[in-house]
Amino acid sequence: MSTHVAENGGNGSEVVKLTKKDFVSDQEVRWCPGCGDYAILAQVQKVMPELGLKRENIVFVSGIGCSSRFPYYMNTYGFHSIHGRAPAIATGIKTANPELSVWVITGDGDALSIGGNHLIHAIRRNLDINIILFNNRIYGLTKGQYSPTSEFGKKTKSTPFGVIDYPLNPLSVALAAEATFVARSVDTHVAHLQMVVERAMRHKGVSFVEVYQNCNIFNDGAFDMFTDRAVKDDKMIQIEHGKPLVYGKEHNRGIRLHDMHLEAVELGNGISESDLIVHNEKSPDSYLAYMFARMEYPDYPVPIGVFRDVEKRTYESLLEEQIQGAVAKMGAGSLEKLINSGDTWVID
Amino acid sequence: MESTTILNNVEDRHIEELDTVTIRFAGDSGDGMQLTGTQFTNTSAVIGNDISTLPDFPAEIRAPAGSLPGVSGFQLNFSSQDIRTPGDQPNVLVAMNPAALKVNLADLEGGGILIVNTDAFNEGNLKKAGYESNPLDDGNLLQNYRVFKIPISTANRAALREEVNIPMKEIDRCKNFWALGLMYWLYDRPMAPTLTWIETRFKKTPEVGKANSTALRAGFAYAEAAEIFTTHYRVKRAVIAPGKYRKITGNEATALGCVAASQLAGKPLYYASYPITPASDILHELAARRNFGVKTFQAEDEIAAVCAAIGASFAGSLGVTGTSGPGLALKAEAIGLAVMTELPLVVIDVQRGGPSTGLPTKTEQADLLQAMFGRNGECPVAIVAPATPGDCFHMAIEAFRIATRHMIPVIYLSDGYLANGAEPWRLPDIDALPDFKVKNKTESNGIFHPYERNPDTLARPWALPGTPELEHRIGGIEKQDTTGNVSYDPENHMHMVLTRAEKVALIADDIPDVEIFGESSGRVLVVGWGSTYGSITSAVEEVQNRGMSVSSVHLRYLNPLPKSFGDILGRFDRILVPELNLGQLAMLMRARFLVPAISFPKVKGKPFKISELVAKIEEVYQD
Repeated sequence: MSTHVAENGGNGSEVVKLTKKDFVSDQEVRWCPGCGDYAILAQVQKVMPELGLKRENIVFVSGIGCSSRFPYYMNTYGFHSIHGRAPAIATGIKTANPELSVWVITGDGDALSIGGNHLIHAIRRNLDINIILFNNRIYGLTKGQYSPTSEFGKKTKSTPFGVIDYPLNPLSVALAAEATFVARSVDTHVAHLQMVVERAMRHKGVSFVEVYQNCNIFNDGAFDMFTDRAVKDDKMIQIEHGKPLVYGKEHNRGIRLHDMHLEAVELGNGISESDLIVHNEKSPDSYLAYMFARMEYPDYPVPIGVFRDVEKRTYESLLEEQIQGAVAKMGAGSLEKLINSGDTWVID
Repeated sequence: MESTTILNNVEDRHIEELDTVTIRFAGDSGDGMQLTGTQFTNTSAVIGNDISTLPDFPAEIRAPAGSLPGVSGFQLNFSSQDIRTPGDQPNVLVAMNPAALKVNLADLEGGGILIVNTDAFNEGNLKKAGYESNPLDDGNLLQNYRVFKIPISTANRAALREEVNIPMKEIDRCKNFWALGLMYWLYDRPMAPTLTWIETRFKKTPEVGKANSTALRAGFAYAEAAEIFTTHYRVKRAVIAPGKYRKITGNEATALGCVAASQLAGKPLYYASYPITPASDILHELAARRNFGVKTFQAEDEIAAVCAAIGASFAGSLGVTGTSGPGLALKAEAIGLAVMTELPLVVIDVQRGGPSTGLPTKTEQADLLQAMFGRNGECPVAIVAPATPGDCFHMAIEAFRIATRHMIPVIYLSDGYLANGAEPWRLPDIDALPDFKVKNKTESNGIFHPYERNPDTLARPWALPGTPELEHRIGGIEKQDTTGNVSYDPENHMHMVLTRAEKVALIADDIPDVEIFGESSGRVLVVGWGSTYGSITSAVEEVQNRGMSVSSVHLRYLNPLPKSFGDILGRFDRILVPELNLGQLAMLMRARFLVPAISFPKVKGKPFKISELVAKIEEVYQD
């Protein structure tokens, strides 16, 4: 049975205290200057010491894309794999050794296009892995084609007349696949991002985190209309467990449920906080989280925070349990016995 | 579970002794012919005959009843001699319906025994089989055979109706056991092994079990009492090497080999697979081995399966994925990743008829070039191929031994014929199996270099996540040798491409050399690989017995080739390469050794017959 790595630093029992520096590898970081990936890397490196993990018990796995260079920059174990397959590789690593803290770093193209199948299946199995999806709504490494999260109508190199496929909402996908932890943050919202990454790590089971990440070369300012400092208070909403959905610079706006639909309202004029919907990230069904995930710009303030955090047995612990059960019932396997099983006969 | 065999006392009258018999059971795919054939095989094996089987079933689980595509067949060869194939031509055909007769009659030897279930020869079934009139009434058609027309369905009903309380439909489903009982009498087999099997199989539904055992006994008694057979036959125990035996199929042996490799390496087995014919039975076998610490993972697709196996290898398990040709195609990119990251990985390809979906339940050897070259870039892997069902055990172990010792992916080429075919298997001496305990890198001398190479094998160290001070990053991007840092340097790339090729070449120091069957020089050398071993060896033996200067070499290691293989080719006037493809090994041999190898291709979804190989050898010999 696996033990929770966060509590004991992995295989050993002592809790270790490292610093951010311990998690910086000797490799030169090769992202474009100004890329949002730098901020995410810095936050992850900063959070790692807080989690009390030993470096040797951490594995970062990635696919292909700009974000997937991430493992090279972490002074932990790392596997930069092939396009879309990081969740499958991570599945092998985690099930082979449940003691490891396994992280998947992926992008919108990697996770939702070429690797869509692996993503939903890794999520539904509820492996205790942490998936961080850097969503920049563009293909960066291949130099500017549209991605599965690009807006309808967007003109890109591969869509000079505009995108005509409808985008996927990553959180909806994760929730539909029954993710037990779903969250969203923004590359530039440093403190919030740290909080989300730390909570993802502490969650036992699959954690899915979407991070809005700016590609300053091919899709610069993709999220500015709601993440920019000047507008973010009115255009975004931080959802928190047990609290009503309030937002706005003056805390004067909120979200209420009306006619089975979410509605953005001004507080006052007979509408008070008690009329607003209260977030429950522990709700056993995912309807609420799903409704929040569907709040999109410009009709709603864009929600960030933890949408869902529920408990469910993990795949790897169930697998270990089956093995222990089989050993208890049948005894530890003997090759001699196995080879001799079935009908045998002797030729003299 | 072990069972003891009690031989029945069958009266000795009219008994004729035979060396070898080939029977084909054929019926509708719902008639239970595979089960019938398997039971006959098990019993024959247990009483000491040598056996070899060829199940031949449609890809559809239940094609329309009575139709030609729905015909399922099971051929078995049992003998008092050492045999290597399921037999070229059946001596006996059991046809449970008109479609089975139509599909199989042409294969039956002249003068052979034909047993038909006359009850199934009704107007509807005749029409479905495309017969305009009942062939059983056609004297011309049947004059060449010894025909036994038996109302099997009626006799089965009569025997069971009063005995068991199950619906008529269920009673009718027992008719294959009735037929089996009849065949047991005819070939002097004991019923006990099958009765024991029925008891275990139907423990939870004893009434159905009783029905089947009653049917078996009734068929046996019918044959004994009805006096339609003037003779019955006996095939003595085979004179084969002493030892303890069991019957085994290739897929069973492959799974056993994987478990054995795990124990020999001292590493847990991690088998990731997506269901595919004819490889799925390996997954089923291994999924039941949790008490060996075996982790099986039924992935969402072929790519996920190979990737999970690679991830498991990275984390320190013996990562293995199993598939067939279409799956191997899907796994190509990931196998390249394992080549690049230099991780141990075993890829089992149980080949089937292709291309595309092809003939899922039929055999073929047409994935050799895919295994050799079917990836982007210069991407060599090691390739091994078992020669017989039992050999699957040893070659699976070899695949893991090579993969772990050389830190390289190994493709293991089985095929549908080996996978489902059965033979008696002499149980190996576990102490004599290769010991290849794997030692992972656990200590660094200051700084750890993930691509620091073993000078003998060029293998890099296998350092596992969880080991302090050995943290490192690997990936599909070209790496600088030794340090493992990302490198786009042109000289380094050339160096790494050559190093990966050299790694495979060096495996030749680590595998047995080829054995020549026959003289070490002469007129014709027959070269084969994989499942054609049985028919090639038997054919070569036959022409050798006639005094012809013919030898054979059977390759179980295809990349790299055994060291002296090239030299051997130069010692023969003619080189004949029979393959169940259009000449893939022949192409490799011509390219590598500049020899005029003569390809003898067969791509019909069926194994070679000994006779067609003998004919081809004679032709090449005379040229």
